[in-house]
Amino acid sequence: MTTPKLAIPRPEAADAEPSPATRRPPGSARRWLSRPPGRPRRLPWRRAGRSGRDNRRIGPGVAISALVVALVCLAAIWPGLLARADPNAVEPVDALLGPSGAHWFGTDQLGRDVYSRVVHGARVSLFIGVGATGIALFLGCLVGMLAATCGRLVDEILMRITDVLMSFPGLLLSLLVVAVLGPSSTNAAIAIGLSGAPGFARLVRAEALVIRQAGYVRTAVTFGAGRARVHLRHVLPNAFAPLLVLALLSVGAAIIAGSSLSFLGLGPRVPTAEWGSMLAQGKDFLTISWAMAVFPGLAITVTVIAINIVGRDLQRRSEGRHPSGTF
Amino acid sequence: MTSTARWLARRLALSVLVVVGAATVAFGALQVVPGDPVHVMMGGAAPSPEVYQQTRHELGYDRPLPVRYGRFLGQLLRGDLGRSYQLHRPVAEVIGSQLWPTVQLALAGFGLAFVVAAALAVATAGRRSGWRRLSSAAELVMISTPGFWVGVLLLTAFSFRLQLFPVAGGDSLDGLVLPAVTLALGLIGVFAQVMREGLERALEQPFVLSARARGSGETAVRLRHALRHALIPMVTLAGWIVGTLLGGAVLVETIFSREGLGRITATAIAGRDLPLVTGVAVVAATIFTLLNIAVDLLYRVIDPRMKEVIR
Repeated sequence: MTTPKLAIPRPEAADAEPSPATRRPPGSARRWLSRPPGRPRRLPWRRAGRSGRDNRRIGPGVAISALVVALVCLAAIWPGLLARADPNAVEPVDALLGPSGAHWFGTDQLGRDVYSRVVHGARVSLFIGVGATGIALFLGCLVGMLAATCGRLVDEILMRITDVLMSFPGLLLSLLVVAVLGPSSTNAAIAIGLSGAPGFARLVRAEALVIRQAGYVRTAVTFGAGRARVHLRHVLPNAFAPLLVLALLSVGAAIIAGSSLSFLGLGPRVPTAEWGSMLAQGKDFLTISWAMAVFPGLAITVTVIAINIVGRDLQRRSEGRHPSGTF
Repeated sequence: MTSTARWLARRLALSVLVVVGAATVAFGALQVVPGDPVHVMMGGAAPSPEVYQQTRHELGYDRPLPVRYGRFLGQLLRGDLGRSYQLHRPVAEVIGSQLWPTVQLALAGFGLAFVVAAALAVATAGRRSGWRRLSSAAELVMISTPGFWVGVLLLTAFSFRLQLFPVAGGDSLDGLVLPAVTLALGLIGVFAQVMREGLERALEQPFVLSARARGSGETAVRLRHALRHALIPMVTLAGWIVGTLLGGAVLVETIFSREGLGRITATAIAGRDLPLVTGVAVVAATIFTLLNIAVDLLYRVIDPRMKEVIR
């Protein structure tokens, strides 16, 4: 009589070769489930935090990224320090040159120095990125707090409006707003800020609803603080804190969105150096010179990568700072 | 079943509200735009007073605002989105003819991103190896790189230098490769991260242990048991995905000079062809809302526990 084959793992074998998944510290699903309320929701695309690693150490990648962000800020504030050449000096004889000692990133179709234009372009890109995030943050906080505090009817109306805005894809909404307002860098910032606001509004509302249940808010109410005071002094600052890191990450996204708009010709006016519009011009001269299209794109990518690395590091720290609900 | 039907009815009613809201916003935007619509339609030429008055009357601009709004909604109900200033064709017809190339592009980009990201996630989830670090770094770069730049680089490398693919347009499969790759690159990073996190969470579940106890190999465990669970968070992202695909289509179609809704939108905005812009907005909002409902319905089918959560 033959016994049917049963695949029963022998204990020794299982001990000798634990699979990678079972080797991980147990209970991390439980830890995830038992997060204290009121802490920022993890973004779905964020990786699980690394346990057992010193949170305070600054890695070399983060240090370099912080340096890059600082450099971009310097270029935005004081471009003359990094690039002596005039970004708008037309030199037809030197048109469409490749990179050289005199022109590090080559020249464009009018003989303007691409390196200098990239450095000067940081101002517009950073302006759009920071401006749009600021607008999104302000509108988001306003709408979110109103929705959370002014009763069911206001909440319902504001959230339906948010739904309408969210029902437009981000870039398309920005395009529509620019179509109405007309192309300029301020309008680009407004357009991108408007498309980012609904997300912040939902987050602020959710945070505020949770924080309102916290002990310190009840204590404040017990001590006789008015509604406005409770919400402005106690709820808003605590709902706001977790948003700041998210705001930094959204600066990167807004820079990409801003350069997309000017790539489509809906950014600042023509002579202004801007990474997206430089790229759009470079696209038309691809057969002659690659430099014009490559370097502005590289500037966008390096800036956004640096912002994202710094932002994620801050996110990891800000979550690690409240280990067990001591908010 | 009745609860699902009631839920669906509620959602559909809400979505009608959302679409009417979007249309109202678009209509309002049309009214506040600086510049006389008649002049825009004439394309800068100065018309004689009679022609001007006649066109104004034909467009209905001599009637009060509420009447125009009522007419706009009435036309919308009949599927009439007005006439394009630039193309001199009904907007609905233009959008209908441009929809398919964009859907084609979006599906190709999505499919490519999905397959690559699933492979990356299955290969690297729960493993602390150099490959995983490399894959994470690649994902960060892909998330941070503007899609239009990637498109321009691909165009330079493969169309101009190597001449492997056509430089512009083309309905052939060849012409679809580079645009789809460009569109996919923006999605892969996010997809891979979401799927890997889902996979890592799924690999901690008891059913994985029981599959291993039955003697399944690691690859089989990941592909047959864990991957399905890793896909549920992807459904949540559906709205974001469609938005990214539509927005990406605007850029990709402009770079590669492809036919499609995106390029029509870009030219309409540049030329201030407002009926077409409004039409695209209304159609996009409609597609988006219906898709969101479909996704939530799918969610309830995949995971019945969600009936409590999604209302």
